[in-house]
Amino acid sequence: MVAVNVLGEGALADPSASPPGMQVGRRKRLNLFRWVTFTIFGLFFFLPLLAMIRFSLEGKKAGTFSATAWRQIPSTPGLLSAIEITLELAVITCAVILVLLVPTMIWIRLRVQWISRIFEFLCLLPLTIPAIVLVVGLQPIYNKIEHYSVSALQLFWVYVILALPYAYRSLSAGLTAIDATTLSEAARSLGASWFTVILRVIVPNMWQAIINALLLTSALVLGEFTIAEILNDITLQVALFNISRATANAGVLFSTSTAALLFAFALLLILSYVGRRRRRGRA
Amino acid sequence: MEGLRRTYGQVVALDGLDLTLQPGELIALLGPSGCGKTTTLRLLAGLEDADGGTITVAGRDISHLSASKRDMGMVFQAYSLFPHMTVRQNVAFGLRLRRVSKEARDRRALEMLELVGLSAQADRYASQISGGQQQRVALARALAIEPKVLLLDEPLSALDAKVRAQLRDQIRRIQLELGITTLFVTHDQEEALAIADRVGVMREGRIEQLAPPTEVYSRPATSFVAEFVGLTNRLPGEVRNGRVSVRGCELPLVDAATPDGPAVALVRPEAVTLAVDEGQESGPLVGTVIAITFLGATSRVTVDLGSTTVMAQLPTADAAALAAGSQVTLTIRPDPVLVSVDKVAASEA
Repeated sequence: MVAVNVLGEGALADPSASPPGMQVGRRKRLNLFRWVTFTIFGLFFFLPLLAMIRFSLEGKKAGTFSATAWRQIPSTPGLLSAIEITLELAVITCAVILVLLVPTMIWIRLRVQWISRIFEFLCLLPLTIPAIVLVVGLQPIYNKIEHYSVSALQLFWVYVILALPYAYRSLSAGLTAIDATTLSEAARSLGASWFTVILRVIVPNMWQAIINALLLTSALVLGEFTIAEILNDITLQVALFNISRATANAGVLFSTSTAALLFAFALLLILSYVGRRRRRGRA
Repeated sequence: MEGLRRTYGQVVALDGLDLTLQPGELIALLGPSGCGKTTTLRLLAGLEDADGGTITVAGRDISHLSASKRDMGMVFQAYSLFPHMTVRQNVAFGLRLRRVSKEARDRRALEMLELVGLSAQADRYASQISGGQQQRVALARALAIEPKVLLLDEPLSALDAKVRAQLRDQIRRIQLELGITTLFVTHDQEEALAIADRVGVMREGRIEQLAPPTEVYSRPATSFVAEFVGLTNRLPGEVRNGRVSVRGCELPLVDAATPDGPAVALVRPEAVTLAVDEGQESGPLVGTVIAITFLGATSRVTVDLGSTTVMAQLPTADAAALAAGSQVTLTIRPDPVLVSVDKVAASEA
């Protein structure tokens, strides 16, 4: 009887208690599982990247190293201008998404919630329409625009449409995470105009979502090929594709791809760093 | 507020509500969910538009003024501090919008934070302080702009009981200190009775009774008020010649003009006293104790009278002499009582 009581008390005092040997064993197995998973996925993602980098550094003789392909980037015909256009397109698309979507979504959340479902449907629609269908629909419009010899920057219209679902989802998550209605009502009762409410109260509290939306938009613009190619506009991806057809410049293809990838990584790091700093300030 | 009316589709939230707040007065609006108390507050703040009626502050009609121009300080039920600002920035926000210089608004923000006892937390963010502290900061923020009327929308409901009582007393102290006209909305009757100069009990978009707390409790204007504010025993009886007879007890009526006939008398538990009487076998006011609920200084004793149960509120020391199953004789203090003469009540009789 006494023994039963003692065992019972021990179990009640620390229900998670288990023999130390068992805990260590479990921890070891978990660590092993973690490392195996990381290694497999690491190899899966990084081996092609390493191969690409290695190829971009291939010398004239097999097995030697050379930075020639990297040095050729600026001198490859059309490549620099394609990079420039793509970056400009990313900036313009991000700016339009920011100006168009952020105030609209906040306004819908605060004032006209009944249209939120319709708005969500419209924003997510581009996900369901294949790029080729989108281009077929847009081609006549772009043909007309081209009469006025507009540059490849005209692509930002279609890129805004393509980026809508991703930007919407990110911003929507950000808005859901805060009590936008109460915050706006508190600000209004203190004398804030609607403009002030949006700019000084809601937007600062959804920075992380805005940064994520911009990151996704930039990534989409940097990687988009189909529409630019069909509409005969030379963006980075189209230029890379053109280089790939000229086999003599395969090294440049890989060095440029690596550079684009590194740029995207850098952008990701910068944006997440900015978001983390803002969060840390409040924590 | 005069003739305020607000509907949501088919639902009438406010049905021609009239309410006047005297300068420096604190009125608590009390009522069940959906009675229109929060709607009243939101209409006064300008956060919603009324379908009809007028709102006048110091002789000026503000019915069509936007919320940002009404100069109403408001504390919300949900935590409403701006998370990206420090406590000091939150309090100074309204002053910043009024283009008060940085030094002046910092000084005022600190004054307000001292008033609510939170000057030491001035540089913290909302996420770094407790719920009770957040509501105190929200109060300081609302007071910083020197509002014409302070609006409190169930600001204590998210807090635990102890903090709630402390903050309730602090709100009252500050309100009296600043002499600010205040409208306080709550569904907690204890809170309303403890804090207000006058309590307005609302039902279905109208105020049923607006009176000082003691009057609302001891002389409720309607059976709804009697039953909503405090506990009430519903005892079937018979009205005759301005008095009601309940199980042989003759009780005076609040409304002496009540027509004769069957009715239900609404009797407060504290008007019922008990005496242990094992010798008495039967009688209209003899019953058996079925439950004793300890409430602190007092205890609530439930007695089974056969066809009905009666609650009595006694000092805990007196209730200690009782036990479940013991036989007791009830005495009803002859305070004026309200009667309910609606069909359901009459059928009970």
